[in-house]
Amino acid sequence: MILAVDLPYWAQSLLRVLGGTVAVLLPAGTIVYLFLFKMMSFMQSRLGPMEAGPYGSLQLFAEVGKWLQKEDISPEHADKRIFRAAPLVVLVSTFLLVAVVPFGPDAYFTDFDAGVFYMLAVSSISTLGILMAGWSSANKYSLLGGLRAAGQLIAYELPMVLAVLGVVIQAGTMNLQTIVVKQNSDAIFGFDGLGNPYILTQFVGFMIFMIAVQAELTQTPFDMPIAESELVSGYMTEYSGFRFLIFFIAEFATAGVFALIASVLFLGGWGVPFSWFGWDAADTGSIDNWMNIVGPLIMITKMVVLAGIIMWVRFSYPRFREDQLQRFAWKVLIPVSLVNIMLTAILKVAF
Amino acid sequence: MSEFLRDYLTVVWFAAIALLLAGLLLGIAALLRPHKPSVEKNTAYESGVNPVGDGWSQSQVRYYIFALLFVVFDVEAVFMFPWATQLERYAGFGLVEMGVFVFVLLLGLVYAWRKGVLRWV
Repeated sequence: MILAVDLPYWAQSLLRVLGGTVAVLLPAGTIVYLFLFKMMSFMQSRLGPMEAGPYGSLQLFAEVGKWLQKEDISPEHADKRIFRAAPLVVLVSTFLLVAVVPFGPDAYFTDFDAGVFYMLAVSSISTLGILMAGWSSANKYSLLGGLRAAGQLIAYELPMVLAVLGVVIQAGTMNLQTIVVKQNSDAIFGFDGLGNPYILTQFVGFMIFMIAVQAELTQTPFDMPIAESELVSGYMTEYSGFRFLIFFIAEFATAGVFALIASVLFLGGWGVPFSWFGWDAADTGSIDNWMNIVGPLIMITKMVVLAGIIMWVRFSYPRFREDQLQRFAWKVLIPVSLVNIMLTAILKVAF
Repeated sequence: MSEFLRDYLTVVWFAAIALLLAGLLLGIAALLRPHKPSVEKNTAYESGVNPVGDGWSQSQVRYYIFALLFVVFDVEAVFMFPWATQLERYAGFGLVEMGVFVFVLLLGLVYAWRKGVLRWV
């Protein structure tokens, strides 16, 4: 149900699909223009794109126009069918991931009771696409890039799962919608002026989650699968034309969707951290209808802030070595997150 | 159809729209882009020199043992989620139970650590 209007099923589906497309392309465009073009340029004392439109704001359209005209080359020895399918798999993964994000009390795409599970499961599909791309290119750089991506996912999937577990313990549910409402209606040790955004009580979990997200997105300092100074472009080396751009769009769209999910899990989702509204966790009907309009705007604001942090780290740090990456995940993040889970559980039972 | 199944149908629509969008853009690109294959263009890229040997070259996967560890830990994590949602009901009993579980899990990690599995070999 969207905006409390009774629509037939096909109209609802159409609205959801349109909303989902916007929810994928809007973050991707925002992140690429705002952070990749402009913030990165300013951090490196240059202006970035300035020619297309005022302050280069139409640069994105120019880029799409450029990539549409590029030749689509697939190498001679490549496994052509898998080679062509790989970018699509990555893009599908992004769309499936955005389907679970709630944007308002009634403005959601799906309302899974096991939403957290679904989110963790679907986010791994993109690595399948990356592995497909790396293997099918019949190129040594691509193969190494694909294998590195697989090793990285294996190492950082666990800290991510265990960090989310802390939130699930606190909320007592895996439904993302309920997690949002709980954060806005709960109290921290009896103080209810802020609600209970889990970034305050699960700060360690939040840090681990953001580090794992950085690694899952293969952004610097975890960009070994792409590593342009050693592997040319990693698994994307043989791609050209629009298929390359699909990888690129999917990468930044996934960054946006992960920022959205992080804000749902830790920053109170589509609510603001004040319990002015008198919400009741058990009853979403107690929430005012206009939150369906304001909610998406709040979500996008939080997304831009979190994506900004992801990109800020990306532009600031040098790349890890492969063994440092594995060591960091297994010897630091996993023990810390296990201890975090037990502490959270003890505090939850004690209070 | 139940609300539950409809949610999964929405997931199918989302996958379909992703393929449709990519197909549409690739279709437009197919109308606009040139297609002039040549031998040099289609060889695998190896920093500008002719590729040596097969593209699917052998390489040492140094972290394959991590994959085995990952399977163990991932399955354990699956067991922890249902427990996490029901913690309020189980209270102290659930806490002790999971404490033992996580302790055994940590023991496994320490064992692997001491065995030198987590080292770069």
